[in-house]
Amino acid sequence: MGDYTNRELLIACVADLLDGIRHVAVGASSPIPAAGAMLLRARNEQAGKPRVRISVLGSEEHNFFTNGGAELFDCTAQGRVDAFFLGGGQIDGEANINLVGTGDYPQSDVRWPGCFGSAFMYYLVPRVILFREEHSSRVFVPKVDYVSAPGTSEGIVRPGGPHALLTGMALFSFDKTRKRFALQSAHHGFTAADVKANTGFEYDAADIVPETKAPNAATLTLLRGRVTEELSESYPQFAELLRGERMAAA
Amino acid sequence: MGEIVSLEELAAEVRPGCKLAVPADYCGVAMAATAAIIANRPDRLHVVCVPVTGMQGDMLIGEGLVGVLETSAVTLGEAGGAPRFQDAVKKGSFRLMDATCPAVHSGLIAAQKGVPFLPIRGIIGSDLLKTRADWKIIDNPFAKGDPIVVVPAIQPDVAIFHAPEADRLGNVRIGRRRELVTMAQAAKATIVTVERISETSLLATEDSAAGVLPALYVTKIAVAPRGAWPLGLWGEYAVDSAEIARYAAMAKTPEGFAAYMDGFARRQREAA
Repeated sequence: MGDYTNRELLIACVADLLDGIRHVAVGASSPIPAAGAMLLRARNEQAGKPRVRISVLGSEEHNFFTNGGAELFDCTAQGRVDAFFLGGGQIDGEANINLVGTGDYPQSDVRWPGCFGSAFMYYLVPRVILFREEHSSRVFVPKVDYVSAPGTSEGIVRPGGPHALLTGMALFSFDKTRKRFALQSAHHGFTAADVKANTGFEYDAADIVPETKAPNAATLTLLRGRVTEELSESYPQFAELLRGERMAAA
Repeated sequence: MGEIVSLEELAAEVRPGCKLAVPADYCGVAMAATAAIIANRPDRLHVVCVPVTGMQGDMLIGEGLVGVLETSAVTLGEAGGAPRFQDAVKKGSFRLMDATCPAVHSGLIAAQKGVPFLPIRGIIGSDLLKTRADWKIIDNPFAKGDPIVVVPAIQPDVAIFHAPEADRLGNVRIGRRRELVTMAQAAKATIVTVERISETSLLATEDSAAGVLPALYVTKIAVAPRGAWPLGLWGEYAVDSAEIARYAAMAKTPEGFAAYMDGFARRQREAA
């Protein structure tokens, strides 16, 4: 590791990917996306930029909705949610995501929890960031076994969709017209060849793939101070994990 | 309306083959009542999860009481996948109606409004549409070139949840968990367990009345202290993560599940 851990890099990447948004919703079990959103909020505040609103779903303290579980979806359909994170047991090269299971439906070989709100949010949130820490050909497959939500659509009202794919190994952008990912950078400690070997789908890549931009000193200071403090409230175990990894790397 | 009864009498409202609406884990899950329902063994239940379920749904599945499962997800949260659900899916033990969260809300809202269906964005191009023959695509009658999904009204026979308190008149405090209002108004009958009974009317002040489900929509109420355990109850107590993890580990096999369920009703009461 360099002067930062892999998780710190992912958090900084998330903050960069969210730059410019007003409101982001994150799941109660998504600490890295939440940390990235908190980092952006702290950075904007320092720079005197507009405040970023973060809705932590399922949290009693960090959720300002008062109209029950349907409000997130109503709020999204009204165009008031700028960014959201989705993952998947499988993600393919056309950005289709599978949250249901492997093998033949319905008697899946491996059954995951289910679609949740993906078959709605993926269509309507302008900036959906696909996030999956595990980067393997088991996750990134040529074709998903079940389409919980498609990466692109034609002939329907769809203001939203995939903006980027962030993994523990690399950062990809997505071209909706060509329905194809492009490798933007590989994280410190990984090469373009590592990414190739662990990705089951085809994607575009330059001859020389740069290393993912390292977080600068100001970002790391914010992340290790204020943001870790804020994380301790909603994600106490994750905040401890970050502190522990930092100590080990130091 | 809003009659206060014993837990056993409340549980008897859930009859074989009925369509039962249950809330998500963060909303107040009636676990004490679930134990009482399991004791009655009503089978072939059509469980509508609003919009997802966890331990409650997994237990009903493990007990073989579910005929149809309509849900957007089943998960034990931090404790991982729901083992009895996963096993039953593999075996094809029940009819699975996979959904997506806002579609479940929309179906209930349609029933709440007494209309046959509601349009909803998204979904087109998802494999959900291949197996949800009850969801259809129509052309927006007000604009050209705008196909949109419609989902039918969901009218549960019974809605069940757990809340902090009810008053003697049968009004129930639901705070900002407004989906509980939708569930109750959509359902033919609503049964509620509560931590305690308030001796003053919950409709007495504007402040308290704002977060109340009126007795008009409540069929029966039973007192069940710590009635959501091992799950948590908003504003009252947190989820017992160690207990959920214990369940997740034991329920991996049918035998382990049976061992966990043996005495669950008693342990539930003792948790109070």
